[in-house]
Amino acid sequence: MALVSVPSLMQDLTAGQDQVNIEGETIREIILNFDKVFPGVKDRLCDGDRIKPFIAVYIGSELSQAGMRELVSPDSEIHFVPAISGG
Amino acid sequence: MPEDKEFKVIGTRPIRHDGIDKVTGRAAYGADIHFPDMLHGKVLRSPYAHARIKSIDISKASSHPAVKCIITSDDLPLVEDTITELGETVINLKYLSDNILASDKALYKGHPVAAVAATDPYAAEEAINMIEVDYEILEPVLDVRQAMEPDAPVLHESLKTESMGKGEDQSQNVASHSQRKHGDLEAGFAAADIIVERDFSTATIHQGYIETHNATAQYNEDGELTVWCSTQGAFGVRDQLSKILKMPVSKIKVVPMEIGGGFGGKVQVYIKPIAALLAMKTRKPVKMTMTRTEVFEGTGPAPGSYIRVKLGADKTGKITAAEAHLIFEAGAYPGSAVGAGSLCIFAPYKIDNLQIDGYDVVLNKPKSSAYRAPGAPNACFASECVIDEICQKLDMDPIKFRLINGAKEGDRRCDGPIYPKIGYLETVEAAQQHGHYAESIDKTPNGKLRGRGVASGFWMNGGGRSSVTINVNADGRINLIEGSTDIGGTRASIAMQAAEVLGLSSEDIMPAVVDTDSVGYTGVTGGSRTTFATGIAAINAAENIRAQMIGVVANHWELKPSDVKFKDGTFLAQKNGEELQMTFKEVAAVAGGPLVGSVTASPGGAGNGFATHIVDLEVDSETGKVDILRYTAIQDVGRAIHPSYAEGQVEGGVAQGVGWALSEGYLYNDEGHMTNASFLDYRMPTSYDLPSIETVLVEVPNPGHPYGVRGAGEVPLVPPLAAIANAVSRAIGVRMTELPMSPDRVLEAMGSI
Amino acid sequence: MSKKTHVQTEINGEGIEFLCEPRQSLLEVLRDELHLTGAKEGCNNGNCGACTVLMGDRIVNSCIVLGVEAEGEKIETIEGIATSEGLHPIQQKFLEHAALQCGICTPGFIVSSKALLEQNPTPSEEDVRFWLAGNLCRCTGYHKIVEAVMDAAKALNTEVADNA
Repeated sequence: MALVSVPSLMQDLTAGQDQVNIEGETIREIILNFDKVFPGVKDRLCDGDRIKPFIAVYIGSELSQAGMRELVSPDSEIHFVPAISGG
Repeated sequence: MPEDKEFKVIGTRPIRHDGIDKVTGRAAYGADIHFPDMLHGKVLRSPYAHARIKSIDISKASSHPAVKCIITSDDLPLVEDTITELGETVINLKYLSDNILASDKALYKGHPVAAVAATDPYAAEEAINMIEVDYEILEPVLDVRQAMEPDAPVLHESLKTESMGKGEDQSQNVASHSQRKHGDLEAGFAAADIIVERDFSTATIHQGYIETHNATAQYNEDGELTVWCSTQGAFGVRDQLSKILKMPVSKIKVVPMEIGGGFGGKVQVYIKPIAALLAMKTRKPVKMTMTRTEVFEGTGPAPGSYIRVKLGADKTGKITAAEAHLIFEAGAYPGSAVGAGSLCIFAPYKIDNLQIDGYDVVLNKPKSSAYRAPGAPNACFASECVIDEICQKLDMDPIKFRLINGAKEGDRRCDGPIYPKIGYLETVEAAQQHGHYAESIDKTPNGKLRGRGVASGFWMNGGGRSSVTINVNADGRINLIEGSTDIGGTRASIAMQAAEVLGLSSEDIMPAVVDTDSVGYTGVTGGSRTTFATGIAAINAAENIRAQMIGVVANHWELKPSDVKFKDGTFLAQKNGEELQMTFKEVAAVAGGPLVGSVTASPGGAGNGFATHIVDLEVDSETGKVDILRYTAIQDVGRAIHPSYAEGQVEGGVAQGVGWALSEGYLYNDEGHMTNASFLDYRMPTSYDLPSIETVLVEVPNPGHPYGVRGAGEVPLVPPLAAIANAVSRAIGVRMTELPMSPDRVLEAMGSI
Repeated sequence: MSKKTHVQTEINGEGIEFLCEPRQSLLEVLRDELHLTGAKEGCNNGNCGACTVLMGDRIVNSCIVLGVEAEGEKIETIEGIATSEGLHPIQQKFLEHAALQCGICTPGFIVSSKALLEQNPTPSEEDVRFWLAGNLCRCTGYHKIVEAVMDAAKALNTEVADNA
């Protein structure tokens, strides 16, 4: 199971839990399964079937570029962080 | 990683390919475009910082004999009030469009309200003054903390605070609240032997590129729009024009001219859609250039900010907890760099317990824009000054403190992800060993006050999409076609990477930056991504060419491609005991036709950038003026492709940092009018204000790039603000918390006025 | 539009005549009428030096000189610095020292530096920094520009010595 780090502003949905183990082989599966355990998570992270534009997904050290399709392995650590851009 | 670590081209200092054009005045910048039948466009801008536009009467202006066309926001297509992805960023289309030409409200002094095309620029100027606008003047709000008050004037009735999808009951001017948190803050502060908490503020400042914005547009009868302009990213301009004008991207060609500086400020479009619209309506080429005052008042400055930092450490100097609140000026529309500032604020350190809250706040100033490591200089100014104060209170050497707390590979970044291979500690060690740090300073020579400051900085650096095409000519020289605007020598740094792969010299490569019809999508020259990402595209294209040439050679020698080796620009094989070899140029001639390799790359693994700076300065206790005496900037660049241009990035960043720290800042009166909108009154450093800047390039190769490149362009602007503030504070014995540290503020801090 | 004035002048060694409105700056005339676009506009009020040209033996910000003031003058612009022999040593040193990044201020710096070295063939670093304070560069931090000018002075002095 992948380890999902719960953004602090979403911990109202997870009863204060800051990390959860979630089953899934893609970010899409992770979010859907995460939402089954803690309903409302998907609405916070997604617009329909897309990650919200102001949220970035990190798998370990790497900024994901594949959105919902990004592959996840059982030992992955997943972070949803505010997206930023450079100049 | 290539096996042969000894590079032939990388690390050398060839003359840049576009150099001769630029030292002879031949290089064509955006404003150098001229068409015999062109019209000239001018913008009418709001004289008020906050006003409702009740009506616009263009009848008098229309009667001006030289006027060909007048447009207002009514001439822009209606766009949805929705957030959409735009190239590599996200934006609310309504805000994007309203910033081009105000519809219902003018939200800052200088906000475009209408535009004119006329046969000469003087007539266009006359005509805009004949447009009559009826405004209902509203109270402006110019300070982020005031804008957050419940009774503050509201800029956007429909704005709601975005906070990770959660609705928050914030003031209507708070566009977003973000939070990064881990560990146990309370326990962390309880474990601290010393806690320092301070408020900091930084002024609104400008990128200060010397070339003002410009655009020349032409619209053909077949519906094809061409825009010549200076921009950091032609494809980004195309994307924005497409959304604002509701035109398919394939109908728009953006031609990037040479660009006179950008620093993040030439990503967003301003007059380009206006020039396009005027050209579409008049069917004539329309040229527009901004004045310097328009640039100051009407283009995205870097956000002013208010930051509170609380930091705890134990007696040994170990950080136990850190907390920060960052409030950034978004300007008239949401979207400041507070997110990046929040990410960068404690990034050089391993901190187990922390919380960082960032607020993006709209107010009546121009929509803020990126400026070199956007958000990070403001943020690190606050955190690095608090660290310095902790060091003073612990009587600890600031370099030692950083060695104790510095982040390394495997440590957790403040927002969660784990650091890959980084070179932060290497920059600190290099600072410790540098002669500058070893040499002590005389603190009070001739009654003047001297101080030394140290600070570090972080920038994540970017990747993203870039495309490169390589054509091999029959004489063996190659054309390298790219979409990355060259602002500081990237033609050279990209060409050199291709040259390294092909065993050629830098001079054998002829790089060309081309328009959006002539190369694949390429992201902006920004985010410290160009030498990294476009470099990887160039390497991949060169490898493709090398493979094709091996095929040509194999065919020529009647061997299998796997029998052919390539080394130092020569193709080698053995056949029937005989050593065969051909040079790159010989193969190009044999190929008998052009070889073409085209690649689009979208690399991750940009590799973070860290820097540590040391500054010595002197404060004149009579005038409060600060003179920089010595400056040493140490930075991990992964691998310097062309060291001179890598050093140049560092030196330029330091100079901008000196300005930000000491002399630059938008001054506003109560009506929200900028009172120093010229280069005379907005004081950027001159050659006489600066000493020589010593640059030390540390190379901790980035595993995400074949040659180890890390972006180098942005992080050098992160440490100077704090380094200088720390030095001033140590010189005068009073902690400086407001930027710029102008002479009056220094005297005030010293109690002299 | 006001009546145009006829102006006779010399630019980069060539006799030139042009018509301009009295309100047009020399910079506007150079760029818009004569299409010599090497001098750049950065501020249009004499603060940035991107439009620097030589007028007689003076360096001027051409954005705050009127076109009509060129009457009877000798003007030298960036376009006149290189000769048929090749680049001027200052230009060469700017390239060798990577003393430019975006390049928009470069023509102004080269023209100013040429005037400096004509007046003071052996400037100190302080002299160079003081002289060039009228030219703003936002990219380089001036470090490599100052190095290039100092090195150009050396090269020019060697040239003079070789010719003697």
